[in-house]
Amino acid sequence: MMLYARRRLVNGVGLTLSILATLFGVFWLVWLLWTLFGNGLHWLRPRLFLESTPPPGANGGLANAIVGSLILTLAGVGLGAPAGILAGTYLAEFGRTSRLGAVVRFVNDILLSAPSIIIGVFVYGLIVLRAGHFSGWAGAVALALIVMPIVVRTTENMMRLVPDSLREAAAALGAPSWKVTLVIVYRSALPGIMTGVLLGMARISGETAPLLFTALNNQFWSLDMSRPFPNLPAVIFQFAMSPYEDWQHLAWAGALLITVTILGINIVVRMLMKRSKP
Amino acid sequence: METRLSEQLPRKESHVPAAAENAPYSAPRKEAAMPPPKVEIRGLSFFYGKYKALHDIDLDIHDRQITAFIGPSGCGKSTLLRTLNRIYELYPGQRASGKIMLGGRNLLERKDNVNKLRAKVGMVFQKPTPFPMSVRDNISFGVQLYERLSHSDMQERVQWALEKAALWNEVKDKLRQDGTALSGGQQQRLCIARAVAVKPDVLLLDEPASALDPISTQKIEQLITELKRDYTIAIVTHNMQQAARVSDYTAFMYLGRLVEFGDTKKLFMKPAKQQTEEYITGRFG
Repeated sequence: MMLYARRRLVNGVGLTLSILATLFGVFWLVWLLWTLFGNGLHWLRPRLFLESTPPPGANGGLANAIVGSLILTLAGVGLGAPAGILAGTYLAEFGRTSRLGAVVRFVNDILLSAPSIIIGVFVYGLIVLRAGHFSGWAGAVALALIVMPIVVRTTENMMRLVPDSLREAAAALGAPSWKVTLVIVYRSALPGIMTGVLLGMARISGETAPLLFTALNNQFWSLDMSRPFPNLPAVIFQFAMSPYEDWQHLAWAGALLITVTILGINIVVRMLMKRSKP
Repeated sequence: METRLSEQLPRKESHVPAAAENAPYSAPRKEAAMPPPKVEIRGLSFFYGKYKALHDIDLDIHDRQITAFIGPSGCGKSTLLRTLNRIYELYPGQRASGKIMLGGRNLLERKDNVNKLRAKVGMVFQKPTPFPMSVRDNISFGVQLYERLSHSDMQERVQWALEKAALWNEVKDKLRQDGTALSGGQQQRLCIARAVAVKPDVLLLDEPASALDPISTQKIEQLITELKRDYTIAIVTHNMQQAARVSDYTAFMYLGRLVEFGDTKKLFMKPAKQQTEEYITGRFG
């Protein structure tokens, strides 16, 4: 009886501590969202999506930055994800025990934890300095370098989760190894690989530092990737620090937009993961 | 057990010469009325890296007969089976030496065409391994690797294979359904259908029923005896009763060596080696 009472006490203390810890974490998140919605929601007007960024004191929206960010993000994913999926495939299927595989895996882990500003400076040196000006392409390359290691890691992990018995079964029918990978392994790992791509996308849609060194920003509507390119994070950075109230309002709205987008992508990821586990 | 055995295994008793009855098996010996061997294994050794898992195996697998491999865990019976379609080559560090003759060629030496070999020597594994695709695609996957069939011919082949595997009646309305959604026993029969669909010469079954419930096991055993009409079958099993029920020949292996090989009935009724007797009477293993 004494023992049982003690167990109950320990259980109660443990439970209370973990609930408190959870509340502590959720508290900041809710505060952040609360502030964001409180300050941003009011400025979420149709004009935001229709007009480009204004000079101080004039009316305007974020249309150029929204579209620009969308294009940059998609271009970053478009460049980084295929390379990441292929490299992940190599690690999972062919380089599992090889020395090259181990080296690639290690280098990828370093890239995965590299500060994004370093990647920005690197691309600045690689592309911007040589071209002589900032450009959308430089921004896309910087974002791709952030997406790639995320996709490599998730692709390798997801493909490794596919049991070897499935590979053996396909090989036992006489399937060449490329077909086993392409038809059997990819099909099993697809939801997981998609998850990795989406997580990479969520990660770069809010990246600011690498863009400041590469795409910079563009106050006007532009779809020319070889010029400085408009994007939301840089606009938020610029407008939020400015002394003009209407710019600050736009920055709030932009911050809210990015946050909601990332939240949305994460919800899609959750749904994908749920569906992949029957 | 004895009555069952003689019910199930009425064959060939008259073929075995009385003098050979107590002689230990030695591989190259030819018994007069035996059909010619489909697969001849000679001096087969197998290595996992430095570890030698099979020692100098000599064995014949006969055409359109069922050969069972029994023995305690780790005795090398699965390893032996996995050399017959060279599936071990998927893993670095595993290698075999010796000869395995199939259709007049040493299959261990045909380094070039391992995929075609595997299309000729089908395999079903211990755990059901349906591909994450529809029942129909599970079957057509292997077929379209080496054959170009029209849509209707493929439909026919799918039905034929599913009928062979005694699964057609259960899945004919679910051909588009995911193969992984079937029950365990159905999944295993799907895997058998998939292996049969490519029309192999030899079927290798690696403990095909050990992960299944008794009723599914019974179905699979029935199926195996029926498949014997068209295929040469090698089956690895933990279950001695299963070996006695379904097989024509049995090989008893221990510690990577072939201890005894011969007619199933004889091996179970009157084993020549003491080790065999001890194993089948449950004294070790």
